[in-house]
Amino acid sequence: MQLLTGWRLLWQHLTFLAHKELLALIKDPRMKVMLILPPILQGFLFGYAANYNLDEVPYALVDTSHSAASRDLVAHLDGSASFRRVVTLDSVAQVSDYVDAGDIIMAVVIPQDFESKLARGETAPVQVLSDGRNSSIAGIATGYVSSVVAQWNLTRAGGRSALAVESRTWYNPNQLTRWNFLPGLIGMISFVQVILLGGMSVAKEREEGTFDQLLVTPLTPKEILVGKAIPPILVGLFQSTALFLIALLWFRVPFQGSLPLLYLTLLLFALSATGIGLSISSLAHNMQQVLVYVLVFLMPMVLLSGIATPVANMPEALQIVTYVDPMRFALDAIRRIYAEGAGLQEIWPDFVPMMAIAAVTMPLASWLFRHRAT
Amino acid sequence: MAEEQFVIEAQGLTQIFTPKGLPKVTALDHIDMHVRRGELTALVGPDGAGKTTLMRLITGLMAPTAGELTTVGLPVRGHEQAVQDQLSYMPQKFGLYEDLTVQENMNLYADLHGVPAAVRHQRFSHLLAMMGLERFTGRLAGRLSGGMKQKLGLACTLVRSPALLLLDEPTVGVDPLSRRELWSILQQLVREEHLSVFVSTAYMDEAALCQQVYVLNQGRMLAHGTPAELTAQARGLCYRVTPPAGSATRVLQCALLDDPAVTDAVPVGGEVHFLSKTPDGEVSLLRQWHLVPRPAKERLEDAFMLLLHADQRAQGKETQPAEAAQPVEEIHPSEQAPVDIEVKNLVKRFGDFTAVAHTSFQVHKGEVFGLLGPNGAGKTTTFRMLCGLLPATGGQLRVAGVDLRTARTQARANIGYVAQKFSLYEKLTVYENLHFFGGIYGLPPQRLEERIEAVLEEFQLTDRRDQPAASLPGGYKQRLSMAAALIHEPRILFLDEPTSGIDPLARRSFWQQITRLAARGTTIIITTHFMDEAEYCDRMMIQDHGQLLVLGRPAEIRQRMQMPQADMNDIFIAIVEQSRGEGASA
Repeated sequence: MQLLTGWRLLWQHLTFLAHKELLALIKDPRMKVMLILPPILQGFLFGYAANYNLDEVPYALVDTSHSAASRDLVAHLDGSASFRRVVTLDSVAQVSDYVDAGDIIMAVVIPQDFESKLARGETAPVQVLSDGRNSSIAGIATGYVSSVVAQWNLTRAGGRSALAVESRTWYNPNQLTRWNFLPGLIGMISFVQVILLGGMSVAKEREEGTFDQLLVTPLTPKEILVGKAIPPILVGLFQSTALFLIALLWFRVPFQGSLPLLYLTLLLFALSATGIGLSISSLAHNMQQVLVYVLVFLMPMVLLSGIATPVANMPEALQIVTYVDPMRFALDAIRRIYAEGAGLQEIWPDFVPMMAIAAVTMPLASWLFRHRAT
Repeated sequence: MAEEQFVIEAQGLTQIFTPKGLPKVTALDHIDMHVRRGELTALVGPDGAGKTTLMRLITGLMAPTAGELTTVGLPVRGHEQAVQDQLSYMPQKFGLYEDLTVQENMNLYADLHGVPAAVRHQRFSHLLAMMGLERFTGRLAGRLSGGMKQKLGLACTLVRSPALLLLDEPTVGVDPLSRRELWSILQQLVREEHLSVFVSTAYMDEAALCQQVYVLNQGRMLAHGTPAELTAQARGLCYRVTPPAGSATRVLQCALLDDPAVTDAVPVGGEVHFLSKTPDGEVSLLRQWHLVPRPAKERLEDAFMLLLHADQRAQGKETQPAEAAQPVEEIHPSEQAPVDIEVKNLVKRFGDFTAVAHTSFQVHKGEVFGLLGPNGAGKTTTFRMLCGLLPATGGQLRVAGVDLRTARTQARANIGYVAQKFSLYEKLTVYENLHFFGGIYGLPPQRLEERIEAVLEEFQLTDRRDQPAASLPGGYKQRLSMAAALIHEPRILFLDEPTSGIDPLARRSFWQQITRLAARGTTIIITTHFMDEAEYCDRMMIQDHGQLLVLGRPAEIRQRMQMPQADMNDIFIAIVEQSRGEGASA
């Protein structure tokens, strides 16, 4: 029989494989849920929950000064969205009851001689009592008070102050952690899905026996690899897009960079993640094993990526380990493109490790297709 | 005392399943039965007849939709626990703990059944001796052969003496030798311990060893009686005819199956055994071929096939032979034909375990070549190396003129492969599966559509083209696998246990298909554990423990073993016993 040869055969192989993979994906109702639900659910969940900013810190006011100056300072505190006065107390002794009950996180104590000291040009201390049981919240809240007081100082000084520290955070003027976190999620959520999807693909076919059926056809391992890689990559791009839109349109995190560059980054990232997933898949005996491998690898990879804590803060040895974590570099690139509008000349060093990971894992997976004894 | 006579009594027993989103299935339809105490009773029927469902109802693991059921004198409904306390049940997949030893498995089951320590020692040694497992008490259950696992399962089931022993297809996938041993154990249990045994099986030769036989098909009880009573239904209808010299038995058998005067035909002992519709055995086809049939002794299987055909007719589902008019060409696959597969000194080792040892053979164009052997004999390993799924440790292997190991891609375009388990994409429809595989084999778009239509037609799948493969009944799945394997008209077709799990009627039409394919010049390599199917092969090879025991035409092998007209089961047993005997004495 006349069969196709050469590039037409290659083209037919690749299109038929990709078509089959996507059909199998779409026809699986569980897959449909897995495709759409996680980015939306996690996007909103992390968008709201992963937030180090404090809004409406409940506090108690102990104003023993009862002066114009103290009233002015309190007006500044209450005027900022960061604080909510729960109660006004007469003495410091009453504070502990409210702290113990969990009604307030801190108390602001203004001493009796507040105004007189100020009038004399002396330093007038304002005391902040905070609930140290959650030290990070207490720290942030205390910091907020200092900044409000500093600002108030500045206005009072009326420009007379010789030295004023004016801090301004670039790319995130209000220091919203959401602005930092959401762009990171664009990478993370698709990473989890891509590895899982790539991980399942070969193992599932091995378990169902269809992989043997593929191996006896004239398909080469490289062609199978390409066919297997396309769906996870497409899914990864789709989910990243969903998160990108949530960040941009719902949480209104402004996008500063170039879209093509962002997608180039996402593509390279999906490629490296797919390579890892397919390697795991080809190594595993069954889908359960894939799940175990994925769980074991995924958590450290996410932690080491620097999504929650900066890589620079990690011990030296761990920092070296992060070089095999494609998410670390994707995260860095995505954040920089998103927030600072970084261009290719700034980002390209991030591309090198991702491409290296893909260049190792992809051939490994394709070699394992045939050489993994079953 | 009248009640005491029966261990199982069923009246109007009905079980209907209503799967979500699918039409309801009547698994059992008004079953009446009376199984006598102290006897060996068989439940026979093709796959999907409802045998396992009936077993599960009897044990009280499942409640019937309607009808009365009494097990060991107790109404099952409401007395499930009391019933289960009195019977022992060995399901098709018995739960042996593969990482425990033989002894540990038995201890565990004795603990589970609360067998007192005082009686254990004696009971265990009795059972182990009976099963021939005394020497293996320290071996891990996972390292036992298929037959030994079944025996251990039986021993674990019998750690206490039950009022009724239920066995669900205990010999599936077990080699003929172990099957024979297992059945002699069952007979011994009934004879010496007066145990009541109810056993389901798909093998007629096993049913013939029982005192009573119940025949179940598609949830309906077709008949029951002693094997002799049932067999008598086929009396006077059975004939045998010898095919013309040089012609394959299957060619004549295939032609006879298509003849309207014939109910059933199978190749047996180098002849064709057929069931005539009329007692005179008058078949016009045989006159055309100048052959004279001689009356033959009826077998239980003949009666079974009669019952199945009668049932199909009654249900209005008798499939007319699709291509009755298409005669099979007389061909002579011979040693002169070009060699399609050449194997020299093939070796496969897994670590220090030799799965296949120095095996050499050739297969010629248009031949049907069988790989036979018990589970674990090395036939699957050999088969997987032939289709390039497993790299060989050593030796030469040429398929369709190319070495599969170096020029795999080109060589694979010439082969079709049907796996043991259905392995097409279940989520995809019939059409999508065929389209995918046809495309992968490089059929140009227009040719692809033509071939899809052709195979849909050939395998009678046209009505089901848009149905997802997962929703097809077993027999149709098998046809779809064949259709996908043949879509590119390969030179060589590999079939791994293609007939396990399909009913006898579907098996007949499957072999007709194979006969036609071979006649068109397709080379066919097939593995099977149904020994009677060896009769369809031009040549075959039998392996045991990785060694090639025998290679040749069925007739040659019969001659060599000096067992003329013996069936393949007996020949197989003789060959394996001989080789194991030699191994022991050497």
